[in-house]
Amino acid sequence: MIKRSPFHPRLVESNETMFWDNWVGYASPTQYQYSTVFEYFSARNAVALFDSSPLFKYRIKGADATRFLSGVLVRDVAKCPVGRAQYTIWCNDAGFVLEDGVLLHVAEDEYWLTAAEPNLKHFSDLVGRQQVEISDISEEYGILAVQGPHSLAVLRQLTKGVAGLRYFGLTETKIAKKPVVVSRTGFTGDLGYEIWVKRDDALAVWDALREVGQGYNLTLMGSRALSMARIEAGLLLIGVDFASARFAWVDAQRETPQELGLGWMLKGLAGDKRPFIGRTAIEHAISHNTARWQTVGLMLDPAVYEEIHNRQGIIAPKADMLYQDTLYVYSDDYNVNANSEYVGYVTSLLFSPLLKRHIAIAKIASGVAAAGARVFVEMEVLHRSQYFPAQITRLPFYNPARKTAVVE
Amino acid sequence: MSEIAKYDAIVIGGGHNGLVNAAYLAKSGLKTVVLERRHLVGGAAITEELLPGFQFTTFSYAISLLRPDIVHDLELVKHGMMVLPMPTTFAPMENGDYLQFGADDYFNYHQIARHSRKDAEAYADYSHMMGQVCQLLKPLLSDIPPNILSDEPEEVARKARLAAHLGGADGKVLTMLTRLLTGSAAEILDDYFESDIIKGFLSSSGIIGTKVGPRSQGSGLVLLFHSLGEIDGTFGEWGFHKRGNGGFTQTVARAAQAFGAEIRLNTAVSQLITRNGQAVGVALENGDELYANTIVSALDPRRTFLQLADPRELPSDLVTNIEKFKFQGTSAKVNFALNGLPTYPALPNRTDMYRGFINIGPSMDYLERAFDDAKYGTFSKRPYLDCCIQSMIDPDMTPPGKHIMSCFVQYAPYKLKDSDWETERENLGDTVQKTFASFFPNFNDLILHREVVTPLDIERKVGLSEGNIFAGEFLTPQMYFFRPAAGWNQYRTPIKGYYQCGSGTHPGGCVMGAPGQLAARQILGDLQKK
Repeated sequence: MIKRSPFHPRLVESNETMFWDNWVGYASPTQYQYSTVFEYFSARNAVALFDSSPLFKYRIKGADATRFLSGVLVRDVAKCPVGRAQYTIWCNDAGFVLEDGVLLHVAEDEYWLTAAEPNLKHFSDLVGRQQVEISDISEEYGILAVQGPHSLAVLRQLTKGVAGLRYFGLTETKIAKKPVVVSRTGFTGDLGYEIWVKRDDALAVWDALREVGQGYNLTLMGSRALSMARIEAGLLLIGVDFASARFAWVDAQRETPQELGLGWMLKGLAGDKRPFIGRTAIEHAISHNTARWQTVGLMLDPAVYEEIHNRQGIIAPKADMLYQDTLYVYSDDYNVNANSEYVGYVTSLLFSPLLKRHIAIAKIASGVAAAGARVFVEMEVLHRSQYFPAQITRLPFYNPARKTAVVE
Repeated sequence: MSEIAKYDAIVIGGGHNGLVNAAYLAKSGLKTVVLERRHLVGGAAITEELLPGFQFTTFSYAISLLRPDIVHDLELVKHGMMVLPMPTTFAPMENGDYLQFGADDYFNYHQIARHSRKDAEAYADYSHMMGQVCQLLKPLLSDIPPNILSDEPEEVARKARLAAHLGGADGKVLTMLTRLLTGSAAEILDDYFESDIIKGFLSSSGIIGTKVGPRSQGSGLVLLFHSLGEIDGTFGEWGFHKRGNGGFTQTVARAAQAFGAEIRLNTAVSQLITRNGQAVGVALENGDELYANTIVSALDPRRTFLQLADPRELPSDLVTNIEKFKFQGTSAKVNFALNGLPTYPALPNRTDMYRGFINIGPSMDYLERAFDDAKYGTFSKRPYLDCCIQSMIDPDMTPPGKHIMSCFVQYAPYKLKDSDWETERENLGDTVQKTFASFFPNFNDLILHREVVTPLDIERKVGLSEGNIFAGEFLTPQMYFFRPAAGWNQYRTPIKGYYQCGSGTHPGGCVMGAPGQLAARQILGDLQKK
C-alpha cells in the first residue's frame, strides 16, 4: 500500500476530488478541490497550506558536519551560519547536477537537508574518516509549507518566533505547544514559511493552522497548484525541468549548474578554495564556456496565440493549461520557413492566471538565448503542429517584493 | 480665470473607460489629462472603506467582459491587476433545496441532475451553443462598428467585412444569435430546459441592469451580453478583482499615469468650449478653463450631447435621438458588513459554496413577478438578488473572521409611482434583507452595517443618468449601429475634436474597457489623417 504522510488523516478528509499523486511512494493530493486556480491564487492572494512531507530528509551531525558538507555540496556552506537555510545542489565528478535541496543549519554541528530522491547512501559513502553521522529522518518529521501574503499573519498568531525572520532564515519555536523548526522558505516564490514538525505532533500543528487560518481564507494546495506557482517563480523541478545525472544514460540527459541557470551559486568560487565534488569540472566548464544550453523563460505572444486558434475556428486554450512535458522550440515558424532550426526545448509551460500570459521554462541553445530574442514553440492545434512566437525572458516571471522583504 | 492650453487631449470622467482611453492616448504620446469630478477615480467601479477594515464595492462588483488585449496593451498586471476566480455559484430554492455549480463539468452535471437529468445534459448543449455564438461575436467587441448611414469607401468595406463574418457562420449559430438579439430569455431557455431552478438561474443573466423581465423581448440580448465575458478563454465566467472593481480602476489609473497621463481629482467640468465647430477646451465648474484639440467625454450620451455640449451646435435629429435614448435605471445595490457567514439550512455545516455568486432568483416566475412590480412603478416586493460574499474570495476585504456581502438588487425603478427614493431607501434595504433572510434564517443576526444604493444614488454619485448601470439601456435599437445613435456610433461627434468613450458607446456597459480602447483607436486614426 502507498505510504501516508503524517498529515494523511487530514489530507483524506479534505481531498474532495480524490485526485492523488504518487510522490516518491507517498499519497499526495494533486488537488483538494475542483478549482486548482483557486488553490493557486491562495498563495498569491491569501495563504496556502501544502504538505511537503514526502521529501527525503537527512540529518548531518557531528564535529565535521560543516567541513563534510562544504566538500559535497556546490554552494559554500560557510555562508550558511546557524539559523540560516540555503538552497543548494550537489554534482557528480563530471560537474553535472545530481540533485537540489534545501539545507537548514539548525545547530553548530547539525544540518538538515531535504532531497527529492534517496541520498543516504550517496552521502554516507562520502564521509570517510570525518566525524559526521548521517541519518535518514524522512519519517520522523512532517513538513508543512505555509505560503502566501497572509502566511506571516497566520503564523504570528501561533508563535512569536517567526516575526522578523528573514528570507531563508530559520528558528526553533513552538506551535500548539509542539516544538517545530520554521524556515522562511518555500516553492511558490512568494512570502512563505515551512514548518518541520515531529510526526506525532503533526496533526496538532495542522489543526492549529487551519483554525487560525480561517479568517485569512487559508486554503489547502495540491501539487498542481504548487506547480503553477513554482513555474511563475522560475523554480526548477527535478524530473521535469532537469533529470538527476545519477541515472542518466548519456550526457544529453545531464546538465551543469550553468546550464540550469544556477551559476549564481558559484559566485565567489575563485575566492573560496574548498575542494568539492565536481569543482574541477565546473571550473573547466566556466573557463571554457562549454554550456550547451541556457535555462530561460519564454513568454508566448498573446495576440498570435489567439489568432492561430481563432483562424481555425476554435477558442484559444488558456485556463488550466499546464504542461510539464517537452515541447520543441525552433528559430522560426516551420509552416512558413523550411529553414527553421531546432534551438531548444520547453520543460514546463503554464498559462499564468495572474500574469495572463503563457509562460514557459525552456532550455535554449547558448548562442540563441539572448533576452528579448524571438523563438517559436511547437504545439499541436487540431492535430497538426503550429509554431507560436515567444520572447526569451529572464526568470523568474513573478517576484513580489514581499517574498524577500523584511517583515516584522 | 483662465489657464494656458497645455494638453493634447482632455478626457472628461475618470471611470474605467475614461482611464483606459487616457492610457491609450498617453501611450501614443499625447499629453493627456483625465478630469474627475469626485475625490477618487473609478466612476461606478470603486471600492470604499465605509466601516473601518471593511471594503465596500458600492456599485460594480465583478469582472468578466474586460478585453484581454487591453490587459496586455496597458500592462495592467504590472500595475497590480489580479482577477481572482469565483469557483462556485449557489442558487437557493424556495422549498429549501438548492442548485450549485463548481469548477468541474461533471460535478455540475450531477448537481443539475438532482433537479432534472435532461436539463443536466441540455446544459452542456446550451453552453456549447452559447459559446459558439460568443465566439462569433467576440471580434465585434474589439472593432469599431460600421457607420450604417455612410457610403464612404471605408464604411462600405466595414459593412462588407461584417456581412462576410456573419455570413461565414453556421446556420444554427446564426439562428440562435438572432433569437438572442430579438427574443426573450424565456423562449430560449424553455426550449432547452424543464426545471424551474435552472431556468430561473440562467434567465437571471437576462435581466441584470435592464428593465426587462425574463419573458420580455430584449432579455435575450441581456443574456447574451452577460455570456460574452470570459476569464482566461472560458466564456461566461466571472471573476473578482483583488479589492473589488475599485482595485481594478486604481490599477488602470496607475497604468495611465505610468504612460504619462495626468489625473486631476475634484475637477468637475461644466461645459465644452468650441470655436467654429471645433472643440478647443473645457470650462470647469470652478471657472477655470483647460484647452486641448481633442476632448473626450467618458460620460453617458445624455451628458455628452445634451449637457457638456450645447445641443444647438448639434444636428437636431441627433438631439432628438439622444433625448429619446432610454436610460430608465432599474437596479440598486444593498451591501452588508457581516459578523459571520450565513447558514443555509440544507447545508448547515458548509460555506464553500459561497465563493462566487449567490443567486436569489429561483424561477422565471419569481423574476417575472419581481419585474411586474417595476412595470407599475414600485420596487419588487421580493426582488431578484445577485449576491457575493467577497471576503470569501479576497481576505483583504474585511478584518479576519468578518465578511462583506454585495447584493445587486432588481427591480428598483428610477421613477417610483407614488413615492420617491429618499422615502423608500431604507424600505428597499429592509426588503432586500428580508428576502435574503427568507433563504438564510440567521442572516439578520450577522449584520454589522448596511449600505443602500438606489438608482437615484447611482445617478447622483456616479453621474449615470437615471442610474442606468450600463450608461444607457441594453435594447437592440440602442446597440452597435445605434449606440448611442445611428451615424454617431464611431466615437466621434458632430463637433470636430469632440469624442465619446463611455459605456453609452459600442460595445456598451460592464467593466469592459472596449469603448475607451476603441475610441482611442478612432482618435489616434483621425489625428494621423490630419
